[in-house]
Amino acid sequence: MRREWLDRLQRWAPYAVTPLIVLAALPAMGLTAWVTLTVAGLTMGMMLFLVASGLTLIFGLMEVLNFAHAAFVTVGAFVTVSVLGPLVGWTTEPSLPLNLLALLLALIAAAAASGALGFVFERVIIRQVYGAPLRQILITIGALTVIEQLVIVIWGPEAIALPKPATLRGSVFLGASPIETYRLVALFVGLAVAAAMQLILTRTRIGLVVRAGVEDREMVQSLGYHIRRVFVGVFVAGTALAGMGGMMWAQYQTLVSSQIGDSMLILVFIIVIIGGLGSVGGCFIGAILVGLTSNYVGFLAPTLALGSNILLMALVLLWRPRGLFPIGEQ
Amino acid sequence: MAEADDVLLRLDDVHTDIGRYKILYGVSLAARRGRVTMLLGRNGAGKTTTLRTIMGLWKARAGRIAFDGQSIAGMDTPDIAQLGIAYVPEYMGIFGKLTVRENMLLATGAQGFAKDNLDRVLAWFPALKLKWAAAAGSLSGGQKQMLAIARAVVEQRRLLLVDEPTKGLSPVMVDQLVEALLDLKDEHTTILLVEQNFRVALAIGDDVAVMDQGRIVHSGDMAALGGDEKLQQHLLGLSMAVGT
Repeated sequence: MRREWLDRLQRWAPYAVTPLIVLAALPAMGLTAWVTLTVAGLTMGMMLFLVASGLTLIFGLMEVLNFAHAAFVTVGAFVTVSVLGPLVGWTTEPSLPLNLLALLLALIAAAAASGALGFVFERVIIRQVYGAPLRQILITIGALTVIEQLVIVIWGPEAIALPKPATLRGSVFLGASPIETYRLVALFVGLAVAAAMQLILTRTRIGLVVRAGVEDREMVQSLGYHIRRVFVGVFVAGTALAGMGGMMWAQYQTLVSSQIGDSMLILVFIIVIIGGLGSVGGCFIGAILVGLTSNYVGFLAPTLALGSNILLMALVLLWRPRGLFPIGEQ
Repeated sequence: MAEADDVLLRLDDVHTDIGRYKILYGVSLAARRGRVTMLLGRNGAGKTTTLRTIMGLWKARAGRIAFDGQSIAGMDTPDIAQLGIAYVPEYMGIFGKLTVRENMLLATGAQGFAKDNLDRVLAWFPALKLKWAAAAGSLSGGQKQMLAIARAVVEQRRLLLVDEPTKGLSPVMVDQLVEALLDLKDEHTTILLVEQNFRVALAIGDDVAVMDQGRIVHSGDMAALGGDEKLQQHLLGLSMAVGT
């Protein structure tokens, strides 16, 4: 009985980490700052989730370590610049529908461009290095550099300003706590994508095959599924999501440079490791944890902000060496 | 031994290497239609490698593997599976995070479960019905083995490759499993079954092939091997003649 209770506790404890951190932060900073920072943390978490979810699936399904994932974020960000440039009339107009429509077009274009590039990347580069982790690391880091340099060739070496649309510049107040309007949009987009992914993964045959493939690739093939064909689709979807993340992040930062993807890469890897390699649910919770920790620590102890997520990862791995929700744990 | 048109699966002089290790040294084997062929042998004899080579999970370096007259050596595993060959590995290959239903659904075609097939399989293993919506990882070892077999036969298959299904199971579970396999045998399903439990092999098998050091060293009638104590001693180090 006691053992059963302990097993149950062990299983559910990872779910309690985020609420515990949120509650622990409240007395340390007061209600007004807590509400603002919690929303900011959730928003940051959603944008990071967009990027990290693709990476975790790509690793989970084929054990491909894709350091070039950051490049797809960068491409998404710069495609956003190119799409919103001609639509400046729409973004400067104080009209919410027009502003949102411009963002939606940029989001679709960023996802399409990164996804298309991802397809070519998988066919030309990744398929050559299946099952060779060292070569994967070398070739994807090399590809990251090449793509970033190509971005500089196309869009120039200078950082480009990307002002937020007119109606999304200010803040709304939740009680006495100011919340940036754009953060609410980013939060909505992140939650919508997470819900769509959840639906696809749990309600469709292809989602079932992907989830099974993450657990045991060989058995999925023995059941008659061509896992490599599935993987191409997952890779394209993963890079498209990275492009969407790049678009949302660029608009949030309001400044786009060729290093925009790199700046997310470490956080994204931390999320994937915290959540458990290959676990989309773990990735979602890991992204929220990283987003909240960054914001809380940045407010309470700014000098520790830089290392706070690495410390978080170290603590999680000391507790659960394979991450919070490891795949294959039964 | 068997007439050509009677043979569903034939291996001729199959060699398989894993890395730089040679595991199979010219395996020749025939599985006849509608019969259960037992593949016996000591640990490390090459039984699992033989099944994995048939499934294309490890590629044969040399030799011929023919399924219903068609060469399948060199084909990709999914294409081999789509010919109607189901494989139950020794580790069962259960997806622990998926529910029992989802595990079974993966083995069906795009149209999902055929009710008659599903009812037939769940009648063999009623425990699976009770755990239908539970995560497969929460099942006991015996229940996981039932799920592995059930998943393999939830659609009509032409050939079943099963690797040590009774390993680590309680006697009650073994009996239940043997009963299901006997039912499959009555339905004239062709089965190639690796088994360490000689009594189980004797209860189910029609034909037998015994492996040693990557080769087939004996093939023939299962009942005849069961009745020949000296041959058992010689091939398997056993003494389990019928009637003892």
